[in-house]
Amino acid sequence: MYELVLALAIGVLAACGTWLLLRPRSFQVVMGLSLLSYAVNLFIFCMGGLRSHAAPIVPAGPPPDPSLLADPLPQALVLTAIVISFAMTALLLVVLLAARGLAGTDHVDGREDER
Amino acid sequence: MNAWPQHLVVVPVVLPLVAAAVLLAIDEQRRALKRTIAFACLVALLVAALALVQAAGEGAPLVYRVGGWPAPFGIVLVADRLSAVMVLLATVLGLAAFLFACARWDRAGPRFHSLLQILLMGVNGAFLTGDLFNLFVFFEVLLAASYGLALHGSGAARVQASLHYIVVNLTASLLFLIGAALIYGVTGTLNLADLGAHIPAVAAADRGLVEAGAAILAVAFLVKAGTWPLCFWLPRSYGAACAPVAALFAILTKVGIYAVLRVLLLFFGPAGGESAGFARDCLTIGGLLTLAFGAIGVFGAQELSRLAAFSLIASCGTVLAAVGAGQAAVSGAALYYLVASTLGVSALFLLIELIERGRAPGADMLAITAEAFGSPEREEREEIGVVIPATWAVLGLSFVACALLLAGLPPLPGFVAKLAMLDALLRPQPIASSSWMLLALLMFSGLATVVAAGRTGVRIFWAPEQPMSARVSVLEILPILMLLGVGVALAFEAGAAMRYLDAAAQVLHAPGGYIDEVLR
Repeated sequence: MYELVLALAIGVLAACGTWLLLRPRSFQVVMGLSLLSYAVNLFIFCMGGLRSHAAPIVPAGPPPDPSLLADPLPQALVLTAIVISFAMTALLLVVLLAARGLAGTDHVDGREDER
Repeated sequence: MNAWPQHLVVVPVVLPLVAAAVLLAIDEQRRALKRTIAFACLVALLVAALALVQAAGEGAPLVYRVGGWPAPFGIVLVADRLSAVMVLLATVLGLAAFLFACARWDRAGPRFHSLLQILLMGVNGAFLTGDLFNLFVFFEVLLAASYGLALHGSGAARVQASLHYIVVNLTASLLFLIGAALIYGVTGTLNLADLGAHIPAVAAADRGLVEAGAAILAVAFLVKAGTWPLCFWLPRSYGAACAPVAALFAILTKVGIYAVLRVLLLFFGPAGGESAGFARDCLTIGGLLTLAFGAIGVFGAQELSRLAAFSLIASCGTVLAAVGAGQAAVSGAALYYLVASTLGVSALFLLIELIERGRAPGADMLAITAEAFGSPEREEREEIGVVIPATWAVLGLSFVACALLLAGLPPLPGFVAKLAMLDALLRPQPIASSSWMLLALLMFSGLATVVAAGRTGVRIFWAPEQPMSARVSVLEILPILMLLGVGVALAFEAGAAMRYLDAAAQVLHAPGGYIDEVLR
């Protein structure tokens, strides 16, 4: 059940992100990239397997059964990925504002469609 | 325990990082100090890269276990022959871009030298790392620096081109993460050598997932490599970037190619079990299409910067198609071609700015219009004994050298590389149809480059619309001559260089020794 909900959530986020990424307004593109990165982060997270009530930390004492523990590596990876995508989005926003100021339009090509 | 030469492996990553941090702390006004520090770092980096090439040439790859953790658990840096050569190439380009920028470009915006060092750190790290996620991190480092450098000098055209460049690369990074996560989900490891050892044994039910993951990864790499149809962002971004940055960016496409070669050949090498040779056909076809696209682009390029960008695309296509042939001898020649063509394109990007400086903006367009419709105002003038200024002569000769290098004509290494590639391609019997196509396309791209460069060269140097007055400092000609000099040296020492790169290609195609050395 959890798996289905998570898979649907990732799918909806990725679909919305892709659609927005292909839109002509630069703000839509930024939102699309953000949604896509959420989808990707969730995807990485669930690649370690879905567990509830399982810590990624080995307690002191005799070595426990590994199947009772969560995989810590995807959590570390997702943390790195979140930080990087956050920083890159911030940078993209600055470039976007500069492009908006220089071109006078928020179209990604710097000029409106000729119609 | 790491013996001394093994610490060498981490130097190309740590040195530029430290230099960048120091440079950040120094005020922008103290330009001489900044330049001295950056120059010292680059020279030290060059020495380290040469030592690395020497050390890696002795046989087994050098493995650096960061923090002393054993291989599949900790992060490793691995320097085999290919990595070492690529680090050396990146450093040479970095030095050339630095020298060129010192003449005037480093004053066009803040923190140029720090960004350049960070870019080199990311590029070197990507060449040296032996871990998939670490590769992602180094990719992000070099991309972050490249965004800053692409914007260097500002202006509407650069900001607009950078916006596209950033969005395309961010999307590619997301694909990279999806691919890496898929592969981790199936195999439970991210160490490249460990993955190479695990993938042949993956259960049949999970094989599709691994292959899908690798394919998604490859798409992310091919976007950076500039493979058709993922290369439409390239001519515009590289054309808009300022000259030293564009020259340095020539190595970024090579990072993409390197990653494709390393990852695909390690995962799906001859010992790859059922997946052996996965996606090799795609590599061949993609490479051929890219080569054709690049050659046609070169043919139709109206501006010099687009000519350079399209020849970059064509050279990427050549390497990919040649490696797709799946023979170590062809790959060795392709790697030699990669080094030679990178030097040529980089020199050309630097040269373009010097040439354009002496000409009116839009002169190329006007000249082509004039050719097509006939120019009314040009009449035969009496020209007896035109005096060619020395700078202009040097620029002209450099342009000829670049064109020869890129077109693959003797005596420069482009010719040696193409000859070796064709020789190795036509050796096995029967000859594959893709080999014939590659042969034909190589000839065509050579011809296209000769025609395009000849046309442009004649227009610029022999029949200029107005008198040329290029004010060029020695500091700007020096890096161009340096890059071309390295190219000439490569032709003179072709035997030694080819043997070295051949050995590098052998390791790529039979990664057993590499895997054993890392996991030992």
